[in-house]
This record gives sequence, structure tokens and C-alpha cells, in this order.
Amino acid sequence: MSDYRVLPGPEHFLPPAAASMGIRLPNPGEAHINGVITSEEDAYEEAARQFLMAKVPTIFPGPLVLWAWNEKAAKKATAIRHLFNTLKECVQPGQKPMLIPMPDYRPKYPKINPEVEINPNHPNLTIWHNKIDCCIFIGVHCHQANLSLKIIRGGTSCYTIAMCAQAGHEDAMLSFRDASVEKIMRLADTIKRLKGTVQPRLASANNGVSN
Amino acid sequence: MAEIKSIIGTQNKKGQTYTDTWKMMNEAPRTPSFFTGSEVIKEALRRASCDVMIAYPITPQSEAAALIGELFAEGYIGDYFRGESEFAVMSQCAGSAFGGARVFTTTAGPGTMRAMENFPMWAGARLPIQMIVTCRGINSPLSIQPDTLEIAYLLNTGMLVWHAETAQDFFDWILKGYMVSEEPDVHLPLALCCDGFFVTHTKDVVNLTPADMCLPPYDPYRSPVPCMDMECPPVRMMRDPFVMKSNYISYATHASWQQEIWAAVERSRKHSIHWLNGLIDTENTDADIVIVASGTAVSQGREAIRLLEDEGVRCGLVKVKTLRPWPEEEIREATKNAKHIFVPEFNVTGWLAKEIRATVPNHQRVHAGPHVCGGMTMPPEIIVSEIKTALGMKTFSLAGRGS
Repeated sequence: MSDYRVLPGPEHFLPPAAASMGIRLPNPGEAHINGVITSEEDAYEEAARQFLMAKVPTIFPGPLVLWAWNEKAAKKATAIRHLFNTLKECVQPGQKPMLIPMPDYRPKYPKINPEVEINPNHPNLTIWHNKIDCCIFIGVHCHQANLSLKIIRGGTSCYTIAMCAQAGHEDAMLSFRDASVEKIMRLADTIKRLKGTVQPRLASANNGVSN
Repeated sequence: MAEIKSIIGTQNKKGQTYTDTWKMMNEAPRTPSFFTGSEVIKEALRRASCDVMIAYPITPQSEAAALIGELFAEGYIGDYFRGESEFAVMSQCAGSAFGGARVFTTTAGPGTMRAMENFPMWAGARLPIQMIVTCRGINSPLSIQPDTLEIAYLLNTGMLVWHAETAQDFFDWILKGYMVSEEPDVHLPLALCCDGFFVTHTKDVVNLTPADMCLPPYDPYRSPVPCMDMECPPVRMMRDPFVMKSNYISYATHASWQQEIWAAVERSRKHSIHWLNGLIDTENTDADIVIVASGTAVSQGREAIRLLEDEGVRCGLVKVKTLRPWPEEEIREATKNAKHIFVPEFNVTGWLAKEIRATVPNHQRVHAGPHVCGGMTMPPEIIVSEIKTALGMKTFSLAGRGS
């Protein structure tokens, strides 16, 4: 097993792909935290805890759930909206949950508007601008999600979570696989259950800004 | 996956049953058949639920391409045509794969080299195209004979690269190859290589799966990138390529993109081990002498080991099945006891020996040879001779006529 751990950055001018450092993806029914394979139960708890601790917990829904291109996508979108509403209900004053879409994958030139969207080619801009310290990617194609996760780990201290519909993401600090409506709802339920039990790190200035 | 599972057990238009691939490859009855490697490629493709096959004639792959034309005429392949050149073929393969098709092509030697620009593009675009490479000489003066130098050029393209020893490997790996390369965490092209003529034009007994069973179809919506549909969401990733920009962000994105391709090669390791029963095969690796080889050099090595046993010299064997992913840990483990590691190859540069030297500790143990190239055969006796010379045993020149 690799000694490498997938931790919040800023890690490096060009951080390695976690897979190249020996981090392996979870098998069905498993998840990973920091590159260590774990049970899904533990991952729900840790993801909820990270969200409730964050100053700006943020959901990044991608094109696979932003467009009603099939029935499943529409149901997932509804579940994500529920997750966001739950998050808003469960945070304490001073915390600022956000929902920022990744509508497509084209680089945005001459300048992205980081208040309204995130882009896989320069996701750090949105993280920095909004001082996001914990985020979850849902409904982003795996290749673009990995691009984003690696760039975020390289240049920011944001804690990254992936709710992947396929095999998961080593480049996130925490990753689920085989995402479904049920799994999104279960994450929302866990956040609700842990409401008030986790102290937010509002005093900390460690909020996604690169050093 | 639910969509794929629901199609298992149903029939295609040819009456073949879409079958769980693991069951088809490991549990279904096999029929021994006496075929050339080219015929085996055709038989594998008959069972591969392939949407598009495109090729351009070049020896020694032309026969396989022509035979697949017969499959198209019989209705087993969705579309089939000859491109204008190898470069055109590989570009057309990309277009087909972008559109969500399961794609197959065959090439060889100078054709591989001519098309080379496309291979990193395939990998970068995460297109799980399968390309058969029936290796032959590539340099001037041209040779159509077996020579594996072109594999060296494929190793850094970001493609998966496997090297088949026998026609049986070919049959099984064509079908299993799609299962590995189409995994969403991999989703890379596969160059499935063999030594031209030795495999393609030699008849061998090959155990075939039932012709009325076929692979489940490719599901392009399990891709890690959007299936290219320029009008419907989730789409339009192709506009404004960052390659056209010159700034830190575009460079960092491109760097991250390249890393992701090689991360996907790493991820293929798990799936390749599952489907190929390991990235290497080993025999007697507790011996002081180990031969490490890929392709038909494995067969020659095996025969050399038999000859050496007659003389009381015990040798082990490592058959390298996948070159990408590279079985680094497996080779280290398999050669840990070896005092001498011999790497017979059918090429002039010894690219496999270089890879092994970069992998094992105490690389002085690695003897890069014997080499033959340009179409020469590799009699097992020259491997024996190389080993005996290194051990200080008496040997004699095979090419000599005098005393």
C-alpha cells in the first residue's frame, strides 16, 4: 500500500496524480478517505463532518446533473437541491453554503466569472474568489473531475469530496463511487443527523486561499 | 451498468447472445480450431460486438483486415471501410469512437509510424479504440518481416500496450482488451501487438468460445468524457481548446490532463490483472538464471530452457504480457533471486531490456540479448549460447561453418 496521502494543499507547483503515487480506487461498496480505502458508512460521516466544519461548504454540480438529459439525471438534480437545502438548514451563523454549477468544460476566456460558475481548467479561481474550504463534485465527467481535483489540490487548501457515478476519484480527499439518488440523500441525512455536533472552524483563516 | 446488465441474455441481429464476458471467457465451452493468427483475429471480432472497423492495407495485417471485411458482409460489423492511408484510418477511428462506437483497426510497421500522431490524441481524448499491431520492420530499406521496434514508439503514447505470444493470446486478449480499455476509470486505447508472420501467418490450435455468444455492447455513456454530440448537452467541450492559449492556466491544465492519461494507465493495472490473470506469467523463478521476454521471444525462451535443462542448467522464465501498464513490482519480485537476467528480443535497440534495467535492482544482472532484427528468426540455440557464454561455459557459433 502506498504511503502517499491525498490531503488538502497547496501541495505543489504541479502535484502528482494520486493514481501515479499508488493510490487505488475503492471497490463497489467502499469509499476512500485521503487515499485509504474505507467503508461507505465512515465516508458519509467524514463528508458530513467536513461540510459542517467548513466556512464555505460548496456543491459543484456538473453537466451530467444540470441538464435533464434523462430521467435519472433529473432525479439526481432534485436530490442535490435537497442536499443543498439540508446544508443550509444545518449550518451555523457565519457559515455560507454555496451551490456553484460547472455547466460545461470549455475554458472560459478572457475571464471566468467565479461567482457564478466553476470550470475544470481553472477551478482554483472559483475556490479562491469565494474562499471555499470544502466542496463536493457531483455529476462531473470523471476526466474533468480529476483535472479539477488535482488543480485544486495543487493550489488551494480546499477539502475536496467526489460523489462519482462511476469508479470514484483518487484525486479527491474523500470519494464515493457509484453515486445514486439514494447516496446523495443519505449524505443529506447524515448532515442532518450530525447537525450541532460539529464545531465550525469559523475562527480559522484557512479557507481555500493559496499561500 | 444497469443498461448493460439488462441486455445480457438478449440476442443481436445475427442471433448471437449478449453474454456476461467473464462467463463467456472463463466458463463457456471452447472448441479447438486450427487457424492462422489472422483468422483468429477475425474469429475474435465475430464475437466482439464491434461497431466500426477501419484499416488500410499493409503487410502483415492486410489479411486480417480483409477477413474482417467478410464479417462485415455477413452482418457482424456495423460499418467497415478502407481509409485513404494509415493516418486517415486512425483519424477516422477517432471520429467513430468520439461518436460512441466500439472501434477496431489493424496496422503494422510503417503504417503504425505513419499514423503515430493519432495515438497520443486517442489517449488524450480517452477513446477506447483497439488497434492490432502486427509488428514488422520499419526502417529503410523496407522489410515486411517480423521486427518489434515499432512497439518502442508506442510505449509513451498513453495507450495501453499488450504483447501477445500466441494466437490463443490474441483471441482471448482482443475480447478481454475491450473490457479493460472500456472501464470508465481507464477508457484508453489499446495497442494489442504481436510479432508479424510468426503469429499472423502461422497456424496453431486455438480454443474458441462459442460463435453464438458475443460481448455486451459498448456503452458510451460510461465514458469519463462526454460522448461527442455538438448540439445536445452535456456537451461542447471541444470549442476553445486551451492548447491555443499561452498562459500559466493553459499550461497547468494541459499538464494535469497529461497526468490524468497516465493515471488512467495506472488504473488499468487492476483490471488487467483481473482479466489476464496477472501482468506476467512465471515459471521456475527460484532459478539463478531467468529469461524475461515478451511476444514470440517467450516461446523461443521456453524452448531454450528445455535445451539448457538437457545440459543441467536450470532457468526460469518471465512472460511479460502488458508493457503498459508496466509490471514493475511483478518483475522485481520474479527476478529477485536471479543472478543473471536474459532478455531476448526481436529488435535492434533492446527496448525491453532497457525497461527491465530501469526496473530491477542490481541492473548489471540484465543481459540485453540475444537480439535479432530485420526479420531474422531467433533459434533457441542462440539464447542457449548467450547464456552459456555469460556463465563461462563452452559454446560455439551457430553461424559458423568452420571448425
